[in-house]
Amino acid sequence: MTQWFFLHVDRRGSIVIALLVAIAVLVPLSNLLLPVTSPLHVPTYLVSLIGKYLTYAMLAVALDLVWGFCGILSLGHGAFFALGGYAMGMYLMRQIGPRGVYADPVLPDFMVFLNWKELPWFWYGFDSFWFAALMVVLVPGVLAFGFGWLAFRSRVTGVYLSIITQALTYALLLAFFRNDMGFGGNNGLTDFKDILGFNIQAGSTRSVLFAATALFLALAVFVTSFIVRSKLGKVLVGVRDAESRMRFLGYRVDRYKLLVWTISAMMAGIAGALYVPQVGIINPSEFEPANSIEAVIWVAVGGRGTIIGPIIGAVLVNFGKTYFTAAFPEIWLFALGALFIVVTLFLPKGILGLYGMWKGKRADRAARKKDVAPPPVAAVSGRSPIPEPQAAE
Amino acid sequence: MQFIRLLSALVLMLGIFHHTVEAHAQTVDEATLRPLVQALAGDNFDDTTKAISDLVRTGDTRVSALLNALGAGDLYVSKADKSVFLGKREGTDYVATDPVTGAKLAPVPRSAAEKIKVNNRLRREIAAAIGGLTLMSENAGERRSAAEAILKTRDPESIPLLDQAIAAEKDPGIKALMSQAKAAAILNSDVPDAEKIAAITEVSAGNGRDALGLLTPLEGAEGPVGEAARSAISSINSELAVWNAVQNIVYGLSLGSVLLLAAIGLAITFGVMGVINMAHGEMVMIGAYTTFVVQQVIRATAPGIFDYSLLIALPAAFLVSGGVGVLIERSVIRFLYGRPLETLLATWGISLVLQQAIRSWFGASNVQVGNPSWMAGSFELGLLTLTWSRLWIIVFALSVFAILQLVLKKTMLGLRMRAVTQNRRMASSMGIRTPWVDALTFGLGSGIAGIAGVALSQIDNVSPNLGQGYIIDSFMVVVFGGVGNLWGTLVGAMSLGIANKFLEPFAGAVLGKILVLVLIILFIQKRPRGLFALKGRAIEA
Repeated sequence: MTQWFFLHVDRRGSIVIALLVAIAVLVPLSNLLLPVTSPLHVPTYLVSLIGKYLTYAMLAVALDLVWGFCGILSLGHGAFFALGGYAMGMYLMRQIGPRGVYADPVLPDFMVFLNWKELPWFWYGFDSFWFAALMVVLVPGVLAFGFGWLAFRSRVTGVYLSIITQALTYALLLAFFRNDMGFGGNNGLTDFKDILGFNIQAGSTRSVLFAATALFLALAVFVTSFIVRSKLGKVLVGVRDAESRMRFLGYRVDRYKLLVWTISAMMAGIAGALYVPQVGIINPSEFEPANSIEAVIWVAVGGRGTIIGPIIGAVLVNFGKTYFTAAFPEIWLFALGALFIVVTLFLPKGILGLYGMWKGKRADRAARKKDVAPPPVAAVSGRSPIPEPQAAE
Repeated sequence: MQFIRLLSALVLMLGIFHHTVEAHAQTVDEATLRPLVQALAGDNFDDTTKAISDLVRTGDTRVSALLNALGAGDLYVSKADKSVFLGKREGTDYVATDPVTGAKLAPVPRSAAEKIKVNNRLRREIAAAIGGLTLMSENAGERRSAAEAILKTRDPESIPLLDQAIAAEKDPGIKALMSQAKAAAILNSDVPDAEKIAAITEVSAGNGRDALGLLTPLEGAEGPVGEAARSAISSINSELAVWNAVQNIVYGLSLGSVLLLAAIGLAITFGVMGVINMAHGEMVMIGAYTTFVVQQVIRATAPGIFDYSLLIALPAAFLVSGGVGVLIERSVIRFLYGRPLETLLATWGISLVLQQAIRSWFGASNVQVGNPSWMAGSFELGLLTLTWSRLWIIVFALSVFAILQLVLKKTMLGLRMRAVTQNRRMASSMGIRTPWVDALTFGLGSGIAGIAGVALSQIDNVSPNLGQGYIIDSFMVVVFGGVGNLWGTLVGAMSLGIANKFLEPFAGAVLGKILVLVLIILFIQKRPRGLFALKGRAIEA
């Protein structure tokens, strides 16, 4: 078992997984058991906040899987995230039952408000958690499969693909804003009461949700690691770096892309499903193209083509966002915009790349001191260096 | 009373009689009119109604003012001698005027007079009667509005009046309108079928939508009338369908022009440089804000030339947006050539910075950009009502397109740009300074976005988010039309605009837009490089 694990996860990955499992245990424990006065106590709001960051991190990992390792820049991953979130939100809405404002035993409040007489067919089954959990994975997965099947088969690549993924999330944004869609329109789904019978506001529930998020993130890291280190991963990197060459070598590039694209979308869906109960609302603004692009910058800041980079990037950028939007709201967009520019211009490999560069320089200096040949450049950023840019189209 | 009559007769003879009524239209003398006016104060409403129609039948022009007063509740009857007078409250008295002659009477105490009561039915009668009277008015506008009023009420009572009026009418437009009104009234009455059928023919020759409203109640009628109505309705419906299609096309063209304006600059930068400029929408926004600043300056210094503010704003917006574009190209984008995905992210960052910058300077809310007078108002084309701004934007977009084509085809810069688009390395080998061409191209594309901003400031809210609303649509246009070909952009923009407008009635505005997006996503599968793809090896790099 251990052997099998270490076969598929490198040292960094193992450390991250261990860390995530540790905080999955420790943070809830500290929140629930330690007295409020203790310096090690983690207040409930912080548990939810970090939990939110971790779901973002999971979205970033999913995005990195397709962008960092397969070269598909998706500007619409937020759509899969939001769809997973809506699936979870629908379950939570059905759990409210007769406790809503209009006290209708079946219909959610917004449907009563819109004068709907019965539950639309696509809401059937969402009173069961397991059905909803299945949908969390299935809906983004099927959408991604259909979309990817069309796109990859006809070799839509590069910026064209990015633009149509953006169009996809934009179309969904418009659709979910409509009241007739039956997803709560502008206001989305909110006022959740409980999940699996536990009060969603309670500290203990929040702690469990947090632990689940951390564990799922660990799982996502493992799965990504597994894929990347398998033969499949080698093919993906090949597709990223020289798609035509891989095709000429006889690989069915579209199938590889489709597989990893669908897995990534499902991962994003799970992230969204974990996000909704911790934030307490899901509305169409989650489909905003800007959100998806922001997720891309998390990956870029952390370092794409690495597994822990996106996690670092997502947590750092979102921490910055929380801080700036509260302290200097007018500066936040300047800072975010500058981040986009600086990272693409000066940090193409993100923070991890910076760290790798620093380590490489140090090794270089040490080597020069000892008068030994410096290590090959490719070793600098770990396993998968990001290739030099190809010629312009 | 006797005395007063004598007095008024004297006044008349002295020729100092002032009244709004034109004297020559007084077809009946006072003696005929007086008892009729007196009858208005009848015992019940039916008497009053009869008095009204009697009054109208005289055709006297004073009647109109009288009936107006009656409707407004200004006619009183004195308790003492039951005489009717026009009263105006002043303190405890009524200032009285004679209703027929208009002469001033002695003030009547309020307790000594009683108002002639009117109910809603009477008010309708009065309104119809006045409508009939003004049919004969000297003022063409009044006659027209009277005919229109009858067209709406379709009162059969007004048919004889209309006949009179039609016989007297000189203006062919108003005459046609009156015949329409008469036909409408006939359809609403119990005349024999033959007349009704003639009326149906008459009605269906007029404005389609109004005619439909008149004929629909007859649709279910039995016999030849119903048949005639049904066939008229179906012919009107098919005519309306044609006009609807025309309207969709015109509206679609104007939406397409907006898309064209927003996308054309993008097409240049994307086509020539392979650069995805996510900040393109912000260039449009900067153009719109330039318009705002120019208008503010004009308002402050020379309000007289406000109508020309857009003409001044055009070059200003071109320069400002183009300048910002060159600055962006020199400072960021040139380091990212050959890395389209990174360029996309960096320009997104730039767009965030620009939005926030504008928000900090001008505030987050909309700024007010005025319309010059020649943009306001509308005109009619067949059954369509088009606003001038809609027309102007089509003209404007097409002229920008034409000018751009000229620049690309006839100038040195255009030649170089095309060379770089087709084969960058070969162009470079031939001595073209490609970095310089890149900077100018980016400037040109951004400048055109600025010009688009001037146009959009006239039809959209000018806020820091202005650009965001257009960026995805513009991308769709470029991707749909094909990169590196302006004709593709033109066709793409117009077909997306028209498709949007044709889908709207069936699917609603939002769903229509979603459908268009889905269609484009599907279309890309079939033709991954757009409608008008450049062919050749250079593209497959």
